[in-house]
Amino acid sequence: MAAPSSTRIEQLGYLWTDERLRGIAFQVLAVAGLALFFAFIIWNTAANLKHAGLASGYGFLLDPASFDINQRLIDYTSTSSYGRAFLVGGLNTVLVAALGIAAATFIGFVVGLMRLSTNFLVSRIATVYVELTRNVPLLLQIIFWWVVILALPRVRDSISVADVVFLNNRGIRMPQPIFEDAFQFILALFVAGCIGTFVLARWARKRHDLTGRTFPVGWSAIGLIFGLPALSTLFVGLPVDLDIPLLGRFNFEGGFNVTPELIALWLALSLYTGAFISEVVRSGILAVDKGQIEAARAVGLPPGLRTRKIILPQALRVIIPPLTNQYLNLTKNSSLAVVIGYQDIVSIGETVLNQSGQALEVISIYMAFYLTLSLLTSVLMNWYNKRTALVRER
Amino acid sequence: MIATTRRVLSCAVLAAFALPGIVGSAHGATLDDVRAADELKCGINTGLAGFANTDDAGNWVGFDVDYCKALAAAVLGDASKIQYVSLTGKNRFPALQAGEIEVLARNTTWTFSRDVDLGLTFVGVNYYDGQGFLGPKSLGVSSATELDGASVCIQTGTTTELNLADFFRTHNMAYEPVPIETNSEARAAYEADRCDVYTSDASGLAATKATFDNPDDHMVLPEIISKEPLGPVVRQGDDQWADITRWVLNALISAEELGVTQANVEALAQKDGGSDNPEVQRLLGSEGSMGAMLGLDADWAARAIMAVGNYSEIFERHLGPDTRLGLERGLNALYSAGGILYSPPFR
Repeated sequence: MAAPSSTRIEQLGYLWTDERLRGIAFQVLAVAGLALFFAFIIWNTAANLKHAGLASGYGFLLDPASFDINQRLIDYTSTSSYGRAFLVGGLNTVLVAALGIAAATFIGFVVGLMRLSTNFLVSRIATVYVELTRNVPLLLQIIFWWVVILALPRVRDSISVADVVFLNNRGIRMPQPIFEDAFQFILALFVAGCIGTFVLARWARKRHDLTGRTFPVGWSAIGLIFGLPALSTLFVGLPVDLDIPLLGRFNFEGGFNVTPELIALWLALSLYTGAFISEVVRSGILAVDKGQIEAARAVGLPPGLRTRKIILPQALRVIIPPLTNQYLNLTKNSSLAVVIGYQDIVSIGETVLNQSGQALEVISIYMAFYLTLSLLTSVLMNWYNKRTALVRER
Repeated sequence: MIATTRRVLSCAVLAAFALPGIVGSAHGATLDDVRAADELKCGINTGLAGFANTDDAGNWVGFDVDYCKALAAAVLGDASKIQYVSLTGKNRFPALQAGEIEVLARNTTWTFSRDVDLGLTFVGVNYYDGQGFLGPKSLGVSSATELDGASVCIQTGTTTELNLADFFRTHNMAYEPVPIETNSEARAAYEADRCDVYTSDASGLAATKATFDNPDDHMVLPEIISKEPLGPVVRQGDDQWADITRWVLNALISAEELGVTQANVEALAQKDGGSDNPEVQRLLGSEGSMGAMLGLDADWAARAIMAVGNYSEIFERHLGPDTRLGLERGLNALYSAGGILYSPPFR
């Protein structure tokens, strides 16, 4: 009689000491706890909103926004909906983030290489830049660049470039191209050139793998992508009109304007993040085994090829994961735009919040937007990371 | 700084809705809360000359601040028992909704949607305002209808943005909005010529203009493009508290009408030898039981007037012709003096 019960106790004890089962039990408990916590938060929030007499829901997104936005990548007027206003703001965020990522990457790679230079002056300049920009709060840098731009000449004293581009403290006013129908033909050639380059590059790589013979892909690409459309304009003419800005009573009219807020934000974000990226690049390059470079030198690869074929592919493996972090930081930091009045999603969202009173809904839209943008960036960078990682195994 | 405040606020908004209810906040208890804390939490501007700004000694002074003082004097018997919470145009309503403050006296325009949709109650109007434009005289503009193509600086989070959009749309004019979050940065942008004109409530423009180095180089354009009745706001659902805040304001207006001033209120409030006007007696509590009806002491209104004076005295002290702002009473004169200021009777 005693034997089975002791076995049961042993079994229970066994259940407890089994690492796998114990792990599962804890995970189930943790998930249940978390679910309960969120259920409570949601229930409690709903109850409190009802208690305070506040309506909730996303129906307000269809109501007219009734305010204007100065930088619009898509059509928008004050009669458009709140939802459309969010879209305009979201695109403005994406615009400054994309411009910032491009510039910060360029600055980062250049400065990273400069810091490794054996030339004393070059490496010192890079060091000073890095230490100066990454140690000053970004918010101050944004305000600094904004103030610098506001100190540019006034509209009437604009600095003009060939009387078509005007620089003043209200931004850069440029001619706007207006495309005629025939432009689609040139656009089609451009796309064809891109596809052609892609096919050519694949063929060239295959041939190189098989025979070791190289093909000047870079030059052919320029010829295909830009040369073909350029050549065609000789026959069809340039089917583009320019809307050239003219000085009106208050501002330049016509053309398109890059606002001081966009320039200031873009400069500050690029220079700030560029400093961090340069350190990432430097660490990546220093991580490449010295033997690899010596071996490349030993087989007689010229310096350019050495960097492109030996150092960079291996350095990228180290560079890309922290680079992704910097891209994500830059995107999220762009929300500091609100201080200088760049109308990004947060700036517009706060106006919407104030007009509609839908605080929780607006904040949830911010969260969903930044989450989506960050996840998209991560997915892209992870895909690229996998590609560079494969290079090593081949 | 601003960005941090904003983030903190976002969290605060989330937390404010997500967390209470664990304890459960009761209805109609604002008066009890104020008494229990022995302090009135009053929401004011972050800094607007004449309405709410700090003096040389670092104390808050201004037209709106005096309303807070009158209310604290009426409710707690001491005009200094106030915790001032300075709020931007954007965070004022969440702060009130979430219970961070008990009353908001911050140049807030009474509109339908704010009153009905935001769960707020406007208790009256302490300043009748309207939106105008401030521009440099050198601009050569004499009317707002000549502003086609101009850049306009706006302080965000206000009714201003909507009025501006409507004004330019109805006049079929184009403009570039330059939206900036605080008055000080918007002012800086205007002074740097980032925009041609600065738009805000006319009283606010007078306040901003007064702080320029050369105020005479700037002018407020004649057009007033909107109605901006500014007044104190409380949370919806506590009628007793709404009544108290409403009638403290009415008491200040009635005091001017009845000739009760900071200087003579004590004498007039005497039971013997005081005023023989029955309305003054009811107002100051020497007759009737109006204080008890509100849940306050009999001398609630007398204390408020003792602390800050009547409406006229408050106006002249902070906004009137003798101040930097130099505003005329205009619409804000008593109905009997050509304005529209009118308190319901104390009876």
